[in-house]
Amino acid sequence: MTNPAAQIPMVSYLVLSGDGPPHLVAQRCSSCGATFFDRRNACASCGMRQFATVPVQNTGMLRSYTIVHRAAPNVPAPYVSAVVELDGGGVIKANLVGVEPDPKAINLGGRVHLTTFVAGTDDEGTEAVAFGYAQDERDSR
Amino acid sequence: MSSQPTWIVGAAMTPFGRHKDRDLIDLGAGAALDSLADADMTIDDVGVLAVGNAYESNGMVAQRIQKQIGQTGIETYNVFNACATGATAVRTAHLAIQAGEADVALVIGVEKMGKMGMLGAAGKARSDRKVFTASGRFGAVMGTEGILGTGLMPGVFAQAGMDYAREHDVTFRQFAKVAEKNHFHSSLNPLAQYRNVYDLDAIMNAEMIAYPNSVLMCCPTGDGAAALVLVSDEKRRSLSAAIRDRSVKISASVLTTDPYTPGGHAQPDINTLTRRAADKAYELAGVGPTELDLVELHDCFATAELVHYDNLRLCEPGGAGDFIDSGAPRRDGRLPVNVSGGLISKGHPIGATGVAGLYEVATHLRGEAGDRQIDGARVGLAHVIGLGSACGVHILEKAAA
Repeated sequence: MTNPAAQIPMVSYLVLSGDGPPHLVAQRCSSCGATFFDRRNACASCGMRQFATVPVQNTGMLRSYTIVHRAAPNVPAPYVSAVVELDGGGVIKANLVGVEPDPKAINLGGRVHLTTFVAGTDDEGTEAVAFGYAQDERDSR
Repeated sequence: MSSQPTWIVGAAMTPFGRHKDRDLIDLGAGAALDSLADADMTIDDVGVLAVGNAYESNGMVAQRIQKQIGQTGIETYNVFNACATGATAVRTAHLAIQAGEADVALVIGVEKMGKMGMLGAAGKARSDRKVFTASGRFGAVMGTEGILGTGLMPGVFAQAGMDYAREHDVTFRQFAKVAEKNHFHSSLNPLAQYRNVYDLDAIMNAEMIAYPNSVLMCCPTGDGAAALVLVSDEKRRSLSAAIRDRSVKISASVLTTDPYTPGGHAQPDINTLTRRAADKAYELAGVGPTELDLVELHDCFATAELVHYDNLRLCEPGGAGDFIDSGAPRRDGRLPVNVSGGLISKGHPIGATGVAGLYEVATHLRGEAGDRQIDGARVGLAHVIGLGSACGVHILEKAAA
């Protein structure tokens, strides 16, 4: 018998453990509400320094995408890079997954939801879990 | 601050392309000496020097050029601002003149890139570490390129275009028309890196790099240099009639950075800083977009040119697709855009690009653009954007007769 592989999030703003399904957390400016996913010294929008770590919604709108055919070294291609506008605030870049890399299969402006996948495994067997977005069924073509 | 304009009295550029037998300094020195000769001046006349270069920007390029064209000990700036480097060098020299610190300034933009492939913040190659450890501001345990979207330039600018396409129903075909136009324009420009004409089908069926940008919709990397001699209004009055008649007025010089916009951290917002720069430039120059005779704008990718029609107010709001369909930005259209061939076909040696944009506009205003001349051109605009971001807009006007 083997133990199930340990899993860690690929980036610190992806939460895998705790209550509920995997989701993203953001640094939200306590003053103006601007939403960021990385460590911040002060707010890019208003300059204030207080942030709260808040969960963001797993659903949103496909604001833009590109189908990358000529990729960086060691990156499998083609794949779909996407910009997603999340319900309730926040904009995130990730891959659009579970879709043919074909403009006819992609519904620009359509509804998407968060999903996770294993992106890599280290020498101790720990799996890095990444996130992507999948098109909602009724919106996929 | 002076209310008198700065003037361009000398302008030169090397052909863009692959200069195997000329190093970075040869290219920069060559353009500099040609621009001084064009202004009927020597290095002894120059009070301040600004040199734009990207890939050796920690290598004292300006001083290395001075050692080939004259070490006069003048105040000198090495300038970097990504793809807005050249325009930032122009503005640096312009500010020195406006501040009254110099009467004559030399601006050089120079780059030697060779075949660099795709540029951009791809981060580390996608390779697994032995033991995952979170690092950086996102706490990433491995390279994110290709897993959490793309940061390579063809994809970033494709996404900028597709964002516009979502809002305004622009098609792949309309994006491709931009490249068809610019390749055609470059066929008339002996300074262009490429001079091949392609039909729309060839462009749409070419190797896809990052949809909707095919390889013929992406600018190449390359080598080249451009240089300008700028003078104060007072200095210009002391120059010969022959030089004054060919001089070109800088009616507006504007540099902006990207203000905060929601989502700009995920997908760089190339629109807001360009709109701000354009609006300020039109206000300073006292001219509107309908008064422009030609525009050189930053078509690093075909998708970028299309959105900048709207950002620079060249078309109706939301109407960039209709604008390209109408033929307006073709050289025989209502408002010719990138008659040089643009970055897509003239080339994009990064540090040189912004200076070369002013060279192109100034050459048309002087009526010296040869086969590609836009007849009767009196006012033109030059725009560049460096991702990160910085945006330069200059409006130039022909000297009054």
